[in-house]
Amino acid sequence: MEVFLQQLINGISLGSIYALIALGYTMVYGIVQLINFAHGDVYMVGAYLGFFATAILGWSFLPALLMSMVVCAILGMVIEKLAYTPLRNAPRIAALITAIGVSLFLEYGMMLLVSPQVRTFPQVLTEVQYKLFGSLVITNRQIIILVVTVALMLLLQYIVHKTKIGKAMRAVSHDKQAAQLMGINVNNTISATFAIGSALAAAAGVLVGIYYNAINPLMGIMPGLKAFVAAVLGGIGIIPGAMTGGFLLGIVEAMVSGYGKSLYRDPVAFVILIIILIVKPAGLFGKNVREKV
Amino acid sequence: MMSMFERKIGKQIGILLILTAIWGVIHFMIKGGILNPYYELNLILIGINIILAVSLNLINGFNGQFSIGHAGFMAVGAYGAAMITIKAHLPFAIALLVGALLAAVCGILVGLPTLRLRGDYLAIATLGFGEIIRGLIVNIDYIGGAYGLSGIPKLANWTWIFWLTVLTVLVISNFINSTHGRATISIRENEIAAEAMGINTTKYKVMAFTIGSLFAGLAGGLHAHYFYTIQPNTFNFLKSFDILVMVVLGGQGSITGSIIAAIALTILSASLQKLAALRLVIYALLLIVVMLFRPQGLMGTKEFSFNMFSKKSKDKEGKQHGTAIGQ
Repeated sequence: MEVFLQQLINGISLGSIYALIALGYTMVYGIVQLINFAHGDVYMVGAYLGFFATAILGWSFLPALLMSMVVCAILGMVIEKLAYTPLRNAPRIAALITAIGVSLFLEYGMMLLVSPQVRTFPQVLTEVQYKLFGSLVITNRQIIILVVTVALMLLLQYIVHKTKIGKAMRAVSHDKQAAQLMGINVNNTISATFAIGSALAAAAGVLVGIYYNAINPLMGIMPGLKAFVAAVLGGIGIIPGAMTGGFLLGIVEAMVSGYGKSLYRDPVAFVILIIILIVKPAGLFGKNVREKV
Repeated sequence: MMSMFERKIGKQIGILLILTAIWGVIHFMIKGGILNPYYELNLILIGINIILAVSLNLINGFNGQFSIGHAGFMAVGAYGAAMITIKAHLPFAIALLVGALLAAVCGILVGLPTLRLRGDYLAIATLGFGEIIRGLIVNIDYIGGAYGLSGIPKLANWTWIFWLTVLTVLVISNFINSTHGRATISIRENEIAAEAMGINTTKYKVMAFTIGSLFAGLAGGLHAHYFYTIQPNTFNFLKSFDILVMVVLGGQGSITGSIIAAIALTILSASLQKLAALRLVIYALLLIVVMLFRPQGLMGTKEFSFNMFSKKSKDKEGKQHGTAIGQ
């Protein structure tokens, strides 16, 4: 039981990261039906920007987080404009392959820029451990990850449901052409979606840097794929689904590691993916939509 | 005037002679030391890559299913074949056969449940399976675990690889030109229409997937027996991606396109070897640029042949190959 509760705490921290990345996947998929493979690498760029701000410029946590989010939001929009917009009417496979291309470009471009070595994140937040109920340990970093994640999710919910751009995003994801006829600028709305998604991924990157202390140019591949699994798990295109899926996946992974099977961590995530795809392809929160001929 | 049948036989004997000549010249150049081991290595890699690209093209290009887990099947073939030669001490041919069959069985196991999925979902499911296969190999200590398997006898050589590459291309192109192949292509063109015409789409999808996996396994077995050691990480997502790039650049639905792309990219990657990271940046940019300006790839769905230049057969070609590739 103790192991279970401890792994639950660890799992929620890990799950927050997955949830933040999964949100970007799900929003982008919801609006342009594209698996943005480069999303995991935007998260990696976010982590490096956080590293740059804290280790080289000596900034503290919050400004570093904000700077990283803003820069990645711009990066997301640039990627969308250069690589995805020209392919909006091309076959989906072409866009998917381009996304893989962008992903590789970011990974190895970053490797050229900063060398493939692992960087140690500076200790911007000194670790404090709190004991709960005797033997459970929770650190201040875990608390900060959870607080930042929940705050960002609430902000996202506010943007999507209460603001004009959020309304536009919902309209475009529902029916692009009808939205355009109603006077919504579809291109700007899609850009905004990429910006918001990328900013969330950047936040996840900075948080991961603080939590695990180590970053490298290929760090985005696995979390990116797993966040996608999380998005599929919750039902792709559905924002609360991505949040739930992220937390669920994080907890499952922590449990697998906690019970001494850490090498099985990666396969388990993909087994979950396959099971979901076969049993309920629309995801936990999704509704089945019949395909029209 | 020769009959159609005789002309065909004549042409095939001609092709066989040309192939034998290519094999012989290179074989004696290697034996005689004119081609140093570095060139030999790259010739071997070209052969393996052609097998991989052509077999993936059957799934992605001709059948229109999007698989990005091809390296997983290659891994199954590599480990399967290596275990046969190391533990059972059976001949190389049997090892290759077992490796390929194991990969084919995995192909059926993966294909049956996942091929109901479409487009993006199928892509991500095959990617997931590739990763699961790799994850399982890492966890089985008997086959070397994360450190990999070494001490595999070096049984593969230019002769084996050349003729197995020829065999792969022959089998897959004959398959495509058969009744089954036509059914396979019809699924790519329009799955619903194919089904309405009475084609058992699931059967043909699984068939294409299995044949593709079989040859990926064969390539894996050859790889393992040329490089002495294999590691789970050799067969990761990047390897699958490498194969995918060849198929896409060559043209999804063109065997000759895949062959040209496999040769060109192997040479490109060998010449960029010293710039490890830059190689992949160039790869990535190449891929993005091709997708933006020529989404159908180098050859599209057309095949390169010397008949292309005579008008009569060109018309025939046009009738044989349907419209451009669709999603």
